[in-house]
Amino acid sequence: MNYTFQFGDVFAAWPLLLRGTWNTIELSLLAMLFGLLLAIACAWGKTAGPRPLRFVINAYIELIRNTPFLVQLFFFFFALPVLGLRWSAYTAALTAMVINLGAYATEIIRAGIESIPKGQIEAGLALNLKRHEIFRFVILKPALKAIYPALTSQFILLMLSSAVVSAISADDLTSVAANLQSQTFRSFEIYIVVAGIYLLLALAFSALFRLIYRTSLNYPDRR
Amino acid sequence: MRTFGLPEFLFILQAAQWTIALSLIAFAGGAIGGLVIALARTSGNRTAQLLSGGFIQIFQGTPLLLQLFLVFFGAPVLGFDINPWLAAGVALVLNSSAFLGEIWRGCIQAVPAGQTEAAHALNLSYSARLRDVVLPQAFKIALAPTVGYMVQIIKGTSLAAIIGFAEITRAGQIINNATFQPLIVFSVVAAIYFVLCWPLSLLAARMERRHAAALSR
Repeated sequence: MNYTFQFGDVFAAWPLLLRGTWNTIELSLLAMLFGLLLAIACAWGKTAGPRPLRFVINAYIELIRNTPFLVQLFFFFFALPVLGLRWSAYTAALTAMVINLGAYATEIIRAGIESIPKGQIEAGLALNLKRHEIFRFVILKPALKAIYPALTSQFILLMLSSAVVSAISADDLTSVAANLQSQTFRSFEIYIVVAGIYLLLALAFSALFRLIYRTSLNYPDRR
Repeated sequence: MRTFGLPEFLFILQAAQWTIALSLIAFAGGAIGGLVIALARTSGNRTAQLLSGGFIQIFQGTPLLLQLFLVFFGAPVLGFDINPWLAAGVALVLNSSAFLGEIWRGCIQAVPAGQTEAAHALNLSYSARLRDVVLPQAFKIALAPTVGYMVQIIKGTSLAAIIGFAEITRAGQIINNATFQPLIVFSVVAAIYFVLCWPLSLLAARMERRHAAALSR
Protein backbone atom coordinates (compact mmCIF):
# COMPACT_ATOMS: atom_id res chain seq x y z
CA MET A 1 0.00 0.00 0.00
CA ASN A 2 1.66 3.21 -1.12
CA TYR A 3 -1.00 5.75 -0.32
CA THR A 4 -0.39 8.80 1.81
CA PHE A 5 -3.36 9.86 3.82
CA GLN A 6 -3.94 13.59 3.56
CA PHE A 7 -6.48 14.86 6.01
CA GLY A 8 -5.46 18.52 5.46
CA ASP A 9 -8.14 19.29 2.88
CA VAL A 10 -10.77 17.63 5.03
CA PHE A 11 -9.97 19.53 8.20
CA ALA A 12 -9.58 22.79 6.25
CA ALA A 13 -13.24 22.43 5.33
CA TRP A 14 -14.38 22.23 8.98
CA PRO A 15 -16.91 25.09 8.71
CA LEU A 16 -18.70 23.19 5.94
CA LEU A 17 -18.59 19.93 7.90
CA LEU A 18 -19.92 21.71 10.99
CA ARG A 19 -22.75 23.21 8.96
CA GLY A 20 -23.58 19.78 7.49
CA THR A 21 -23.46 18.18 10.94
CA TRP A 22 -25.84 20.82 12.28
CA ASN A 23 -28.21 20.26 9.33
CA THR A 24 -28.24 16.52 10.00
CA ILE A 25 -28.96 17.16 13.71
CA GLU A 26 -31.72 19.63 12.86
CA LEU A 27 -33.32 17.32 10.28
CA SER A 28 -33.18 14.40 12.69
CA LEU A 29 -34.61 16.32 15.66
CA LEU A 30 -37.46 17.78 13.60
CA ALA A 31 -38.22 14.38 12.07
CA MET A 32 -38.19 12.75 15.54
CA LEU A 33 -40.60 15.39 16.90
CA PHE A 34 -43.09 15.33 14.02
CA GLY A 35 -42.67 11.60 13.47
CA LEU A 36 -43.46 10.94 17.14
CA LEU A 37 -46.59 13.11 16.98
CA LEU A 38 -47.72 11.38 13.77
CA ALA A 39 -47.06 7.98 15.35
CA ILE A 40 -48.99 8.81 18.52
CA ALA A 41 -51.97 9.92 16.41
CA CYS A 42 -51.78 6.78 14.26
CA ALA A 43 -51.32 4.49 17.28
CA TRP A 44 -54.38 6.06 18.86
CA GLY A 45 -56.32 5.61 15.60
CA LYS A 46 -55.18 2.03 15.32
CA THR A 47 -56.18 1.04 18.85
CA ALA A 48 -59.34 3.12 19.31
CA GLY A 49 -60.41 4.39 15.88
CA PRO A 50 -63.23 3.16 13.61
CA ARG A 51 -62.60 0.29 11.16
CA PRO A 52 -61.97 2.32 7.97
CA LEU A 53 -59.42 4.49 9.79
CA ARG A 54 -57.67 1.39 11.13
CA PHE A 55 -57.52 0.01 7.58
CA VAL A 56 -55.96 3.22 6.21
CA ILE A 57 -53.37 3.34 9.02
CA ASN A 58 -52.48 -0.33 8.48
CA ALA A 59 -52.05 0.22 4.74
CA TYR A 60 -49.77 3.21 5.45
CA ILE A 61 -47.64 1.22 7.87
CA GLU A 62 -47.27 -1.80 5.58
CA LEU A 63 -46.51 0.37 2.55
CA ILE A 64 -43.75 2.33 4.30
CA ARG A 65 -42.21 -0.60 6.14
CA ASN A 66 -41.94 -2.74 3.01
CA THR A 67 -40.32 -0.22 0.65
CA PRO A 68 -36.83 1.33 0.90
CA PHE A 69 -36.41 4.80 2.36
CA LEU A 70 -34.47 5.86 -0.75
CA VAL A 71 -37.44 5.05 -2.99
CA GLN A 72 -39.80 6.94 -0.66
CA LEU A 73 -37.43 9.89 -0.84
CA PHE A 74 -37.36 9.80 -4.65
CA PHE A 75 -41.12 9.56 -4.66
CA PHE A 76 -41.50 12.67 -2.50
CA PHE A 77 -38.82 14.66 -4.29
CA PHE A 78 -39.37 13.68 -7.95
CA ALA A 79 -42.91 12.32 -8.21
CA LEU A 80 -44.99 14.63 -6.01
CA PRO A 81 -43.88 17.86 -7.78
CA VAL A 82 -45.50 16.41 -10.91
CA LEU A 83 -48.81 16.67 -9.05
CA GLY A 84 -48.13 20.37 -8.52
CA LEU A 85 -46.38 20.30 -5.17
CA ARG A 86 -43.32 22.55 -5.26
CA TRP A 87 -40.83 22.05 -2.49
CA SER A 88 -37.14 22.15 -1.72
CA ALA A 89 -34.90 19.14 -1.27
CA TYR A 90 -34.77 19.94 2.45
CA THR A 91 -38.56 19.92 2.90
CA ALA A 92 -38.93 16.80 0.77
CA ALA A 93 -36.25 15.07 2.84
CA LEU A 94 -37.84 16.10 6.14
CA THR A 95 -41.29 14.97 4.97
CA ALA A 96 -39.94 11.61 3.82
CA MET A 97 -38.20 11.14 7.19
CA VAL A 98 -41.34 12.03 9.17
CA ILE A 99 -43.56 9.72 7.11
CA ASN A 100 -40.99 6.92 7.37
CA LEU A 101 -40.42 7.22 11.10
CA GLY A 102 -44.17 7.60 11.69
CA ALA A 103 -44.85 4.12 10.31
CA TYR A 104 -42.18 2.36 12.38
CA ALA A 105 -42.94 4.31 15.55
CA THR A 106 -46.70 3.67 15.27
CA GLU A 107 -46.14 -0.07 15.61
CA ILE A 108 -43.78 0.44 18.56
CA ILE A 109 -46.17 2.78 20.39
CA ARG A 110 -49.16 0.54 19.64
CA ALA A 111 -47.32 -2.33 21.33
CA GLY A 112 -46.76 -0.03 24.32
CA ILE A 113 -50.42 0.98 24.46
CA GLU A 114 -51.52 -2.66 24.32
CA SER A 115 -49.24 -3.48 27.24
CA ILE A 116 -51.23 -1.17 29.54
CA PRO A 117 -53.42 -3.32 31.83
CA LYS A 118 -57.15 -2.77 31.37
CA GLY A 119 -57.58 -2.19 35.11
CA GLN A 120 -55.42 0.91 34.85
CA ILE A 121 -57.78 2.44 32.28
CA GLU A 122 -60.80 1.44 34.38
CA ALA A 123 -59.16 3.12 37.35
CA GLY A 124 -58.85 6.26 35.24
CA LEU A 125 -62.55 6.04 34.36
CA ALA A 126 -63.40 5.55 38.03
CA LEU A 127 -61.55 8.77 38.82
CA ASN A 128 -63.83 10.51 36.32
CA LEU A 129 -60.98 11.47 33.98
CA LYS A 130 -62.02 12.57 30.50
CA ARG A 131 -61.21 10.38 27.49
CA HIS A 132 -58.27 12.52 26.36
CA GLU A 133 -56.96 12.77 29.92
CA ILE A 134 -57.01 8.99 30.22
CA PHE A 135 -55.15 8.66 26.92
CA ARG A 136 -52.62 11.32 27.84
CA PHE A 137 -51.84 10.37 31.46
CA VAL A 138 -53.01 6.80 32.00
CA ILE A 139 -52.17 5.21 28.64
CA LEU A 140 -49.60 7.23 26.72
CA LYS A 141 -47.04 8.07 29.36
CA PRO A 142 -46.61 4.54 30.80
CA ALA A 143 -46.78 3.18 27.22
CA LEU A 144 -43.93 5.44 26.16
CA LYS A 145 -41.97 4.38 29.19
CA ALA A 146 -42.51 0.69 28.40
CA ILE A 147 -41.29 0.99 24.80
CA TYR A 148 -38.70 3.74 25.39
CA PRO A 149 -35.62 1.64 24.40
CA ALA A 150 -37.23 0.43 21.14
CA LEU A 151 -38.43 3.93 20.28
CA THR A 152 -35.10 5.62 20.89
CA SER A 153 -33.15 3.04 18.91
CA GLN A 154 -35.59 3.66 16.06
CA PHE A 155 -34.79 7.39 16.43
CA ILE A 156 -31.07 6.68 16.12
CA LEU A 157 -31.65 4.46 13.09
CA LEU A 158 -33.55 7.35 11.55
CA MET A 159 -30.67 9.74 12.22
CA LEU A 160 -28.28 7.32 10.53
CA SER A 161 -30.55 6.65 7.58
CA SER A 162 -30.83 10.41 7.06
CA ALA A 163 -27.46 10.08 5.26
CA VAL A 164 -29.56 8.80 2.35
CA VAL A 165 -31.12 12.25 1.81
CA SER A 166 -27.78 13.28 0.29
CA ALA A 167 -29.06 11.46 -2.82
CA ILE A 168 -31.29 14.50 -3.43
CA SER A 169 -28.62 16.96 -2.12
CA ALA A 170 -30.56 18.05 0.94
CA ASP A 171 -27.51 19.82 2.47
CA ASP A 172 -27.00 17.24 5.21
CA LEU A 173 -23.61 15.99 6.42
CA THR A 174 -23.28 13.34 3.70
CA SER A 175 -24.13 15.89 0.98
CA VAL A 176 -21.34 18.11 2.28
CA ALA A 177 -19.01 15.11 2.21
CA ALA A 178 -19.99 14.28 -1.37
CA ASN A 179 -19.35 17.88 -2.46
CA LEU A 180 -15.99 17.98 -0.72
CA GLN A 181 -15.15 14.67 -2.33
CA SER A 182 -15.75 16.00 -5.81
CA GLN A 183 -13.63 19.10 -5.09
CA THR A 184 -10.64 17.52 -3.36
CA PHE A 185 -10.72 13.86 -4.49
CA ARG A 186 -9.80 12.90 -0.92
CA SER A 187 -12.83 10.57 -0.79
CA PHE A 188 -11.48 7.96 1.63
CA GLU A 189 -10.26 10.52 4.17
CA ILE A 190 -13.51 12.51 3.95
CA TYR A 191 -15.76 9.50 4.41
CA ILE A 192 -13.69 8.22 7.35
CA VAL A 193 -14.03 11.57 9.11
CA VAL A 194 -17.73 11.83 8.32
CA ALA A 195 -18.41 8.24 9.44
CA GLY A 196 -16.64 9.20 12.69
CA ILE A 197 -18.93 12.22 13.08
CA TYR A 198 -22.00 9.99 12.61
CA LEU A 199 -20.67 7.59 15.23
CA LEU A 200 -20.26 10.49 17.68
CA LEU A 201 -23.76 11.73 16.82
CA ALA A 202 -25.21 8.26 17.48
CA LEU A 203 -23.45 8.15 20.88
CA ALA A 204 -24.55 11.71 21.68
CA PHE A 205 -28.18 10.98 20.82
CA SER A 206 -28.24 7.85 22.94
CA ALA A 207 -26.72 9.83 25.84
CA LEU A 208 -29.41 12.48 25.35
CA PHE A 209 -32.16 9.85 25.37
CA ARG A 210 -30.77 8.33 28.60
CA LEU A 211 -30.79 11.80 30.16
CA ILE A 212 -34.41 12.38 29.10
CA TYR A 213 -35.35 9.01 30.59
CA ARG A 214 -33.67 9.78 33.90
CA THR A 215 -35.23 13.23 34.20
CA SER A 216 -38.79 12.56 33.08
CA LEU A 217 -39.65 8.87 32.90
CA ASN A 218 -37.69 7.38 35.77
CA TYR A 219 -40.56 6.92 38.21
CA PRO A 220 -41.16 3.65 40.05
CA ASP A 221 -43.81 1.33 38.65
CA ARG A 222 -44.98 -2.16 39.43
CA ARG A 223 -43.37 -3.89 36.47
CA MET B 1 -39.03 11.17 -25.70
CA ARG B 2 -39.91 7.72 -24.43
CA THR B 3 -43.10 7.09 -22.55
CA PHE B 4 -43.49 4.51 -19.85
CA GLY B 5 -44.68 1.28 -21.39
CA LEU B 6 -44.17 -2.45 -21.18
CA PRO B 7 -40.44 -2.42 -22.18
CA GLU B 8 -39.70 0.14 -19.47
CA PHE B 9 -41.61 -1.90 -16.92
CA LEU B 10 -39.74 -5.05 -17.93
CA PHE B 11 -36.41 -3.20 -17.67
CA ILE B 12 -37.14 -2.36 -14.03
CA LEU B 13 -38.54 -5.81 -13.32
CA GLN B 14 -35.42 -7.45 -14.75
CA ALA B 15 -33.27 -5.38 -12.42
CA ALA B 16 -35.07 -7.15 -9.56
CA GLN B 17 -32.84 -10.18 -10.17
CA TRP B 18 -29.83 -8.08 -9.12
CA THR B 19 -31.64 -6.86 -6.01
CA ILE B 20 -32.45 -10.47 -5.14
CA ALA B 21 -28.91 -11.69 -5.91
CA LEU B 22 -27.37 -8.93 -3.80
CA SER B 23 -29.82 -9.64 -0.95
CA LEU B 24 -28.95 -13.35 -1.00
CA ILE B 25 -25.22 -12.59 -0.90
CA ALA B 26 -25.72 -10.12 1.94
CA PHE B 27 -27.82 -12.64 3.86
CA ALA B 28 -25.52 -15.63 3.31
CA GLY B 29 -22.37 -13.65 4.18
CA GLY B 30 -24.13 -11.84 7.00
CA ALA B 31 -25.32 -15.15 8.46
CA ILE B 32 -21.77 -16.51 8.64
CA GLY B 33 -20.36 -13.24 10.00
CA GLY B 34 -23.33 -12.83 12.33
CA LEU B 35 -22.88 -16.29 13.83
CA VAL B 36 -19.20 -15.58 14.51
CA ILE B 37 -20.09 -12.22 16.08
CA ALA B 38 -22.90 -13.69 18.19
CA LEU B 39 -20.68 -16.54 19.43
CA ALA B 40 -17.84 -14.12 20.18
CA ARG B 41 -20.21 -11.85 22.12
CA THR B 42 -21.48 -14.72 24.25
CA SER B 43 -18.18 -16.60 24.54
CA GLY B 44 -17.00 -15.23 27.88
CA ASN B 45 -13.61 -14.44 26.35
CA ARG B 46 -12.90 -10.75 27.05
CA THR B 47 -10.88 -10.07 23.90
CA ALA B 48 -13.48 -11.70 21.67
CA GLN B 49 -16.26 -9.78 23.42
CA LEU B 50 -14.44 -6.47 23.04
CA LEU B 51 -13.63 -7.00 19.37
CA SER B 52 -17.12 -8.13 18.44
CA GLY B 53 -18.69 -5.38 20.57
CA GLY B 54 -16.54 -2.79 18.79
CA PHE B 55 -17.48 -4.21 15.40
CA ILE B 56 -21.18 -3.97 16.24
CA GLN B 57 -20.82 -0.45 17.65
CA ILE B 58 -19.07 0.77 14.50
CA PHE B 59 -21.44 -0.84 12.01
CA GLN B 60 -24.61 -0.02 13.92
CA GLY B 61 -23.42 3.49 14.77
CA THR B 62 -22.63 4.69 11.24
CA PRO B 63 -24.92 4.95 8.21
CA LEU B 64 -24.97 2.02 5.78
CA LEU B 65 -24.47 4.55 2.96
CA LEU B 66 -21.15 5.70 4.49
CA GLN B 67 -20.03 2.09 4.90
CA LEU B 68 -20.79 1.59 1.22
CA PHE B 69 -18.79 4.71 0.30
CA LEU B 70 -15.86 3.66 2.49
CA VAL B 71 -15.63 0.25 0.83
CA PHE B 72 -16.15 1.69 -2.65
CA PHE B 73 -13.64 4.54 -2.29
CA GLY B 74 -11.39 2.87 0.25
CA ALA B 75 -10.64 -0.38 -1.58
CA PRO B 76 -8.65 1.31 -4.39
CA VAL B 77 -6.64 3.14 -1.73
CA LEU B 78 -5.73 -0.18 -0.14
CA GLY B 79 -4.75 -1.50 -3.57
CA PHE B 80 -7.83 -3.56 -4.44
CA ASP B 81 -9.63 -3.33 -7.74
CA ILE B 82 -13.30 -2.82 -7.02
CA ASN B 83 -16.58 -2.45 -8.87
CA PRO B 84 -20.02 -1.46 -7.56
CA TRP B 85 -21.04 -5.15 -7.38
CA LEU B 86 -18.21 -6.09 -5.06
CA ALA B 87 -18.39 -2.91 -3.00
CA ALA B 88 -22.12 -3.31 -2.40
CA GLY B 89 -21.67 -6.99 -1.55
CA VAL B 90 -18.84 -6.40 0.93
CA ALA B 91 -20.53 -3.43 2.64
CA LEU B 92 -23.87 -5.24 2.96
CA VAL B 93 -22.22 -8.42 4.29
CA LEU B 94 -20.34 -6.45 6.96
CA ASN B 95 -23.43 -4.47 7.90
CA SER B 96 -25.73 -7.49 8.15
CA SER B 97 -23.05 -9.39 10.11
CA ALA B 98 -23.26 -6.68 12.77
CA PHE B 99 -27.07 -6.58 12.88
CA LEU B 100 -27.61 -10.37 12.68
CA GLY B 101 -24.83 -10.82 15.24
CA GLU B 102 -26.64 -8.54 17.68
CA ILE B 103 -30.03 -10.19 17.00
CA TRP B 104 -28.62 -13.70 17.47
CA ARG B 105 -26.68 -12.72 20.58
CA GLY B 106 -30.04 -11.84 22.12
CA CYS B 107 -31.47 -15.19 21.01
CA ILE B 108 -28.54 -17.16 22.44
CA GLN B 109 -28.84 -15.31 25.73
CA ALA B 110 -32.58 -15.97 25.79
CA VAL B 111 -31.89 -19.70 26.15
CA PRO B 112 -32.17 -20.31 29.91
CA ALA B 113 -28.77 -20.45 31.66
CA GLY B 114 -29.83 -23.72 33.29
CA GLN B 115 -29.51 -25.41 29.89
CA THR B 116 -25.83 -24.48 29.63
CA GLU B 117 -25.25 -25.42 33.25
CA ALA B 118 -26.87 -28.82 32.72
CA ALA B 119 -24.71 -29.37 29.62
CA HIS B 120 -21.67 -28.44 31.73
CA ALA B 121 -22.73 -30.92 34.38
CA LEU B 122 -22.94 -33.62 31.70
CA ASN B 123 -19.34 -32.76 30.79
CA LEU B 124 -20.22 -31.78 27.21
CA SER B 125 -17.49 -29.94 25.34
CA TYR B 126 -17.92 -26.30 24.20
CA SER B 127 -18.81 -27.36 20.65
CA ALA B 128 -21.24 -30.04 21.80
CA ARG B 129 -22.89 -27.59 24.22
CA LEU B 130 -23.44 -25.15 21.36
CA ARG B 131 -24.37 -27.67 18.69
CA ASP B 132 -26.63 -29.95 20.69
CA VAL B 133 -28.01 -27.76 23.45
CA VAL B 134 -27.87 -23.99 23.00
CA LEU B 135 -28.01 -23.31 19.25
CA PRO B 136 -31.03 -25.53 18.41
CA GLN B 137 -33.07 -23.70 21.05
CA ALA B 138 -31.72 -20.30 20.04
CA PHE B 139 -32.57 -21.13 16.42
CA LYS B 140 -36.26 -21.40 17.24
CA ILE B 141 -36.22 -18.02 18.96
CA ALA B 142 -34.18 -16.47 16.15
CA LEU B 143 -36.38 -17.55 13.26
CA ALA B 144 -38.96 -14.74 13.31
CA PRO B 145 -36.57 -11.80 13.85
CA THR B 146 -34.20 -13.21 11.21
CA VAL B 147 -36.93 -13.36 8.58
CA GLY B 148 -37.90 -9.84 9.64
CA TYR B 149 -34.32 -8.69 9.16
CA MET B 150 -34.28 -10.10 5.61
CA VAL B 151 -36.75 -7.35 4.75
CA GLN B 152 -34.21 -4.80 6.02
CA ILE B 153 -31.52 -6.37 3.83
CA ILE B 154 -33.66 -6.17 0.68
CA LYS B 155 -34.44 -2.51 1.42
CA GLY B 156 -30.78 -1.85 2.20
CA THR B 157 -29.69 -3.05 -1.25
CA SER B 158 -31.43 0.02 -2.72
CA LEU B 159 -28.49 2.13 -1.48
CA ALA B 160 -26.24 0.35 -3.99
CA ALA B 161 -28.05 2.50 -6.59
CA ILE B 162 -26.13 5.53 -5.26
CA ILE B 163 -22.77 4.04 -6.25
CA GLY B 164 -24.20 3.02 -9.63
CA PHE B 165 -25.13 -0.63 -9.15
CA ALA B 166 -28.03 -1.35 -11.52
CA GLU B 167 -30.62 -2.86 -9.20
CA ILE B 168 -34.31 -1.88 -9.00
CA THR B 169 -33.87 1.68 -7.72
CA ARG B 170 -31.08 2.49 -10.18
CA ALA B 171 -33.14 1.00 -13.03
CA GLY B 172 -35.99 3.26 -11.91
CA GLN B 173 -33.72 6.32 -12.00
CA ILE B 174 -32.51 5.41 -15.49
CA ILE B 175 -36.07 5.00 -16.79
CA ASN B 176 -37.15 8.19 -15.04
CA ASN B 177 -34.35 10.13 -16.75
CA ALA B 178 -35.53 8.80 -20.11
CA THR B 179 -39.28 9.24 -19.67
CA PHE B 180 -39.72 12.07 -17.12
CA GLN B 181 -42.65 10.22 -15.60
CA PRO B 182 -41.47 9.96 -11.99
CA LEU B 183 -44.92 9.33 -10.55
CA ILE B 184 -45.47 6.08 -12.42
CA VAL B 185 -41.80 5.04 -12.42
CA PHE B 186 -41.26 5.32 -8.68
CA SER B 187 -44.70 3.82 -7.98
CA VAL B 188 -43.65 0.78 -10.00
CA VAL B 189 -40.29 0.65 -8.22
CA ALA B 190 -41.99 0.85 -4.83
CA ALA B 191 -44.52 -1.81 -5.88
CA ILE B 192 -41.77 -4.27 -6.85
CA TYR B 193 -40.04 -3.81 -3.50
CA PHE B 194 -43.39 -4.23 -1.78
CA VAL B 195 -44.03 -7.51 -3.59
CA LEU B 196 -40.59 -8.75 -2.51
CA CYS B 197 -40.81 -7.61 1.11
CA TRP B 198 -44.42 -7.96 2.17
CA PRO B 199 -44.61 -11.78 2.08
CA LEU B 200 -41.49 -11.91 4.25
CA SER B 201 -43.00 -9.40 6.69
CA LEU B 202 -46.19 -11.44 6.92
CA LEU B 203 -44.20 -14.64 7.41
CA ALA B 204 -42.14 -13.02 10.18
CA ALA B 205 -45.27 -11.77 11.95
CA ARG B 206 -46.88 -15.22 11.66
CA MET B 207 -43.79 -16.96 13.04
CA GLU B 208 -43.70 -14.51 15.92
CA ARG B 209 -47.34 -15.20 16.79
CA ARG B 210 -46.81 -18.95 16.62
CA HIS B 211 -43.73 -18.72 18.77
CA ALA B 212 -45.55 -16.58 21.33
CA ALA B 213 -48.45 -19.06 21.33
CA ALA B 214 -46.03 -21.95 21.84
CA LEU B 215 -44.50 -20.20 24.84
CA SER B 216 -47.80 -19.30 26.48
CA ARG B 217 -48.95 -22.92 26.56
